[in-house]
Amino acid sequence: MALLELKGVTKRFGGIVAVKDISFALEQNEIVGLIGPNGAGKTTIFNLITGVYKVTGGKIFFDGKDITDLDPVSIVKCGIARTFQNIRLFNKLSVIENIRTVLFREADYNMVEALFRSPKVTKIEKQLVEKAMEYLKVVELEEYANYRADSLPYGLQRKLEIARALALKPRLLLLDEPAAGMNPEESLMLVDLIRKVKERYNLTIILIEHHMDVVMELCPRIIVINFGEMLIDGTKEEVQSDPRVLKAYLGEEYTYVKG
Amino acid sequence: MQYILGVLSVIGIEIIATVGLSVFTGFTGLFSLGHAAFMAIGAYTAAILTYFYNVPFLFALLAGMLMSAAVSMIIGFPTLRAKLRGDYFAIATLGFGEAVRVILENLSITQGARGLPGISHYTTLPVVMVFSLLVVWMTRNFIWSKYGRNAIAVREDAVASEMAGIDLFKVRMISLIYSAACGGLAGGLFAHYLNYIQPAMFTSVLSTQLTAAVVAGGMGSLTGPIIAISLFIAVPEVLRVANMWRLVVYGLILVLIMIYRPSGIMGYHEFSFEILKKIIPGRAAGYAGKRGI
Repeated sequence: MALLELKGVTKRFGGIVAVKDISFALEQNEIVGLIGPNGAGKTTIFNLITGVYKVTGGKIFFDGKDITDLDPVSIVKCGIARTFQNIRLFNKLSVIENIRTVLFREADYNMVEALFRSPKVTKIEKQLVEKAMEYLKVVELEEYANYRADSLPYGLQRKLEIARALALKPRLLLLDEPAAGMNPEESLMLVDLIRKVKERYNLTIILIEHHMDVVMELCPRIIVINFGEMLIDGTKEEVQSDPRVLKAYLGEEYTYVKG
Repeated sequence: MQYILGVLSVIGIEIIATVGLSVFTGFTGLFSLGHAAFMAIGAYTAAILTYFYNVPFLFALLAGMLMSAAVSMIIGFPTLRAKLRGDYFAIATLGFGEAVRVILENLSITQGARGLPGISHYTTLPVVMVFSLLVVWMTRNFIWSKYGRNAIAVREDAVASEMAGIDLFKVRMISLIYSAACGGLAGGLFAHYLNYIQPAMFTSVLSTQLTAAVVAGGMGSLTGPIIAISLFIAVPEVLRVANMWRLVVYGLILVLIMIYRPSGIMGYHEFSFEILKKIIPGRAAGYAGKRGI
């Protein structure tokens, strides 16, 4: 059974159709690239899956369950986590606190115990630090644990965002342009990191990315959308040789040049 | 001497209200311009109980806190659920503050604008000190727990918080209830310190003073607002000799803070001896860039 399934999902903002009748399904452990020109509606699809926007039409299923009308918090609880195109960290918190914050579900104490700082709270908080450190080790940020999140260089902030998403223990991870602003060398390291966490946490991943080398390296299957519509859903070889994709990316004239 | 002890008592009481508000404004990032209303509700509830019904002081204080907390839920539910942002929420609290004052002026049990004279004097300096230390300690614990971290996360980035499974409404509501309960406690203590309360004491001037203390003391800091509210109360008292210039100096302090410490006296940091070590040369090791809140 598919882990994630979109059935005819449509999103309209007033008169503009941002996403039109998109359907696709993802199997467990798959990693799929979602590409398309700027403004094609890629991030909107992420926002629809995670419940930031409500769909205008269609249904979204996760693990057989209808999540179309759930609120964002419930969707996270189902096991979907994401990163953001424009990095959204808790800037004034330290790197490790960024992770420890999202581990709050594992902190099993109540308000009274918290206010009086019972020994149980101290113990649990200490365990949370250790757990948070584990995630930092995975993305190799442990030496920056006590730095303020906004003091990190761009590339490391992206890694921290991935670590924070992993700390939510997702089954489906949505990565929104993780390689944006990275140089080729950093992109390669990111590819390794994504492979590593996919294996380690048994993840299913959708990757939005404009760096084609990253997409081609990671994703055997690619979905291309243009103006909110599905253009092609196929293997990377199919996508690479499809004239419609070239046209969407490079414009009408390209076909003439080629022909 | 009596006079100095009196000023210290007022500082202690206001610290309780300020620390509570700092959780809501400094750590959760929502502005309130009606926080005096929570002090008023706590003050009237506690005073009426000891005055008319001879309820023991501690129970009366507790009742004042609970009443403030309950009322905060009534105002919080519609406004926070609707996710009123920043300015809009501040306007809603401004209206709420005025509404509470007008209601107190028109109820018979509060004796209207005349107020309640002759409340017993239970709030002595030791009582104030015990309560303010307790509240500061508990607030510190609150901020260092998952509840406090969630509040900071919501302040830093509401969208990212929601995508991390944090329920914005719940977090904001908890902060509001906590700060209202602190306000209620401060109000109850205040009534039994002054032995007299009337609605005119709880105007927007008091609300503004509390919010100004949190902002001037520093958002995301607990010690900053404590320092600021102490200054706000102590400076005008010290300057009583230069009567005419009191408010000028008061204003000057605010302006200087805005110019030289735009994020407040302690913005996003806590006062600690680490900082003193950093100031004293040669012992600076290990502090650079660490531990922001």
